[in-house]
Amino acid sequence: MSLFKLTLKELQDKFTAGEVRAVEIARAYLLRLSQVEPKIKAYITLTSKETLLQQAKAIDDGLKAWRKTQPLMAMPLGIKDNICTEGIRTTCGSRMLENFVPPYNASVMGGLQNHQPLILGKTNLDEFAMGSSTEHSAFGPSRNPWNQKYIPGGSSGGSAAAVAADECVAALGSDTGGSIRQPAACCGVVGLKPTYGRVSRYGLIAFASSLDQIGPITKTVTDAAILLNAIAGFDPKDSTSAIREVPDFTKAVKKKDVKKLIIGVPQEYFSEGLDSEVSEKVQDAIQVLQELGGTIQEVTLPSTERAIATYYLIATAEASSNLARYDGVKFGFRAKESRELADMYRSTRSQGFGPEVKRRIMLGTYALSAGYYEAYYGKAQAVRTLIQREFDAVFQEVDLLVSPVMPTPAFQLGERLDDPLQMYLSDIYTIPASLSGLPAISIPCGLSTMGLPIGLQLMGRPFEEATVLRAAYAYEQATNWRMKRPVIRT
Amino acid sequence: MASITQQEVEHVAQLARLDLTEAEKPMFAEQLNHILSYVDQLQRVSTEGVPLTASVVQEDPVLREDNPLECLPMEKALANAPEAHNGFFVVPNILGK
Repeated sequence: MSLFKLTLKELQDKFTAGEVRAVEIARAYLLRLSQVEPKIKAYITLTSKETLLQQAKAIDDGLKAWRKTQPLMAMPLGIKDNICTEGIRTTCGSRMLENFVPPYNASVMGGLQNHQPLILGKTNLDEFAMGSSTEHSAFGPSRNPWNQKYIPGGSSGGSAAAVAADECVAALGSDTGGSIRQPAACCGVVGLKPTYGRVSRYGLIAFASSLDQIGPITKTVTDAAILLNAIAGFDPKDSTSAIREVPDFTKAVKKKDVKKLIIGVPQEYFSEGLDSEVSEKVQDAIQVLQELGGTIQEVTLPSTERAIATYYLIATAEASSNLARYDGVKFGFRAKESRELADMYRSTRSQGFGPEVKRRIMLGTYALSAGYYEAYYGKAQAVRTLIQREFDAVFQEVDLLVSPVMPTPAFQLGERLDDPLQMYLSDIYTIPASLSGLPAISIPCGLSTMGLPIGLQLMGRPFEEATVLRAAYAYEQATNWRMKRPVIRT
Repeated sequence: MASITQQEVEHVAQLARLDLTEAEKPMFAEQLNHILSYVDQLQRVSTEGVPLTASVVQEDPVLREDNPLECLPMEKALANAPEAHNGFFVVPNILGK
């Protein structure tokens, strides 16, 4: 079996057992990338062949000396290009940062580097992670490995496509309103958004600070647990990261049942606008969870329909503030030939940002501006509290919530580009968990008649990733969706 | 209440330090109006006495001792600057001529 087809766990076992060397892994993936990447375009920046082979050799040479392996040692990973990597260009999918080489590592990268993984490259995303399709990337869209006419989802579309196309064994993404879960669903892979505060955001280029969270995109639930272990935990450099004990998440993926778990089905997630095929596959999955011993209970979260409006005010307000730093002074793009400072600011920002980023900065600036603050931003923050309270109440009764990830399977490239609101509406099922900081996972639960993947979402209480992983694992083991892989003609 | 005029769009653009092209002004006005009329639904939600969300997941605030720590050396901090000179960031005229 080709090395690139293995899961993280399988590859790790082979490497630990000494059956495969880091250099062989690097060579196998370099070959795979050369065949597939021109079609999928999952990466913005690829690590050079020389550097990768050198790193792999260093791992192999080091092993002879101490023979101790870390869980991610020699594992070929893709990193979303909004996560700062010291010495490696980090563009955030924007012209603004086209030549930005971070002088430091994001904290998650520091954690990963201790394992000595093989970083294959930086994956594509919508500019500043603002989008649901990667079509807002300044470097062009990535393709869905299942059908290249379709979007891979977004904003972590490059990471999801890379995992689905075997262009890395696992990847990091980031999720603000669904940016890990939605592309994972589109590409038929696993995507986990941890609890807000579980993983450090230090060095993650800020979009909306009260929502952003880094998480794993992988081939299996077990792989997600392995990767989460490597990135979770308190970080003194991020004051919003939680001082909480981090359990060994791989212990959560052992039981193949969901006995004693009460699983809520929020009726608002199955209302008008949900594609019938998606609805059917998710209902089938709920049936499986019941057969695995779960108690299924219908619940209600009435404020769900307000989530998108709430999100697009809060996220854009935070973005307008966070993106004020791109002024052409300290780093990033600067427009040429400005005669005075204010002029330089405006020219730089007008030329450096793409249309979606400008649109969101405008909306956020408006929502925060004098005379509108109370009516828009203030109102949204109050509704956010209502949404959180509803989750709190429901989680008194149930252990998990189950729902679709998005209302439809992936849509076609170009289909929604001219209608921003339509694009925003596809985030309806992922946004509520983001607003409440809850852990949530997307796992494959079937294919549409068009042959496109459909995702199942499981949401849990804050810091209960282990419960989410346990149920996801039991479902995954009971079904065989993981074995269905896209065929990419090379 | 949702109605943003092209003039307001221009004002917001100036607040956000963006110059819009003649083509962008009506486009953004239309798109923002579309989005604003959607988000206006929040006005119908009763939030009397509901506190604004202050923190996402209820955790104690994380504070640390106010001790100086190592920071980026000057060369590294300046390495990405569009223009630097003698340890300073260089910008165009501030006051104009």
